Amino acid sequence: MTLENLLLMRHELVLSVTALVVLLSELILSKDDTKKVIPLLVFLFLINTVIGFLPAKSGELFGGMYRTTGLIILMKNILNIGVFIVFIQSAGWLKSNVTGFENMGGYFFILISSLIGMDFMISSGDFLMFYIGLELATIPLAALVASEKLKEKSSEAGVKLILNAALSSGILLFGISLLYGTTGSVYFYKVAQGFYYNTLQVLAFMFIFTGIAFKISIVPFHLWTADVYEGAPVNVTSFLSVVSKASAVFILVILLFTVFHSIIDVWNDILYYTAVLTMTIGNLFAIRQQNLKRFLAFSSIAQAGFIPLGIIGGTTLGFSSVIYFLLIYLFSNLGAFGVVAAVSNATGKENMNDYDGFYQTNKALSLVMMLSLFSLAGIPPVAGFFGKFFLFTSAAREGYFLLVFIAVVNATISLYYYLLVVKAMFINKNENPIQKISSDGYMKASLILCTLGIILIGFAGYIFEFINSLTFGVK
Amino acid sequence: MIEGIGLEYFLILSTIVFFTGIYGFLTRKNLITILMSTELILNAVNINFVAFNKYLYPEKLEGQFFALFVIAIAATEVAVAIAIIISLYRRLKTIDVEKANEMKY
Repeated sequence: MTLENLLLMRHELVLSVTALVVLLSELILSKDDTKKVIPLLVFLFLINTVIGFLPAKSGELFGGMYRTTGLIILMKNILNIGVFIVFIQSAGWLKSNVTGFENMGGYFFILISSLIGMDFMISSGDFLMFYIGLELATIPLAALVASEKLKEKSSEAGVKLILNAALSSGILLFGISLLYGTTGSVYFYKVAQGFYYNTLQVLAFMFIFTGIAFKISIVPFHLWTADVYEGAPVNVTSFLSVVSKASAVFILVILLFTVFHSIIDVWNDILYYTAVLTMTIGNLFAIRQQNLKRFLAFSSIAQAGFIPLGIIGGTTLGFSSVIYFLLIYLFSNLGAFGVVAAVSNATGKENMNDYDGFYQTNKALSLVMMLSLFSLAGIPPVAGFFGKFFLFTSAAREGYFLLVFIAVVNATISLYYYLLVVKAMFINKNENPIQKISSDGYMKASLILCTLGIILIGFAGYIFEFINSLTFGVK
Repeated sequence: MIEGIGLEYFLILSTIVFFTGIYGFLTRKNLITILMSTELILNAVNINFVAFNKYLYPEKLEGQFFALFVIAIAATEVAVAIAIIISLYRRLKTIDVEKANEMKY
């Protein structure tokens, strides 16, 4: 292995160095300036994100266990952007010391480890690497979810997450073991060669799909989502709902398109019914939520229900629209969570009726929140509309008109509950609304980034064309 | 290869262990017992891997390596899970899942 080969895994290498530097810098810094870790980390991670965009070669390492292509690098870059925004949003929370966190370096180290796991998972070329990446992505997150030691909710959420993760990875592994038994290999390309409509292999596929569906929180397997999102610290919730979910969708699409492509009829049916269930149940439960984090959890379940519309049919256009949708979803959801985090850090309030009359005191924050919610609902001209539009187009081109109709109805229902929040902020009267919140520079920067993303991505047509040029020929 | 014992015996055993684990996970009230149930699931997977490796593909060791990795990662998972359960115990003074019900629906 030459150095040039090793540089194929540039993303993971740079991330590992960043993680170690942050962890060690805290030992060197004296007790009083531990807060200097935050600017250091933000600077390093910005460099990492920029390095990710430099042109890179595609290739394989470790006998095909690790592979990288232009498309995989794009996915990693999207995850990097998401994590960067989460990091700058969490600066205020970390400084406030409400957390019981003694060392901030630990927080960043754990999140970066999880990101490294996701990167390895996305570039895996065999099921062993995939499994290790998946666990590396999940286990550290459980520790972070339970990190607010002073809150009962936090450890309850942690227990729920780690037990569900253990169960889902057990089911996933059982599927992998059956695949190994029927094909004699755990490499993706060899499994794909020996794959056909064998009952045992279809069963193995069902197990594997179930395992990944837990991570994306597709409906029969969504029960942990709302509880974990509510109990976790807000910034960890935004990481879970955006970065964690996006990485699981990426690997699901890769697996469906490469390994399981020969049983496309089977997974088309499964995706059809789970999509309908996920959209409907996510929306219906979101209507009755009062806690804003829980509300956003159900809205993110409903959003996950739209993703199968792009995957169904197995077209490359659908693949591009899934990636495009996730990119927009990242900015919109992080915008909404950013506002919730700013309010929660300053006042500790998370309920919807606390936001009554929010516009009177916090004009900028409520405008960002409104834009993000409009983008999640898919109102033109913000970017969320274009993301949904491409998903619906790709499903309609495959002839799933009924599914598209159900999705449109669901998008309309979702508009109702997103507008409930907007109404609370702008129209509802309140004697003593939340006082003026002065958020720090990091939070402002992150919200500006999100707003720019929401407004601009929809109009920058070349982004979709660029994604489309990368997905071309994936199969 | 063991005389007179075919692959199907191992597969039946692993399936029984797997579904015992699922059943235990869904019905038990004690968090530690739930954790033990997930261990049963992972061990069923290990039996599968090793049996398939030994009987069907003895020329390569992919299955055995996979089982080794599963054991190691299961250990890390349990370590984190136990730590979280202890922190829950400090708040609640019990490890009954029915009592950890602050968040619902």
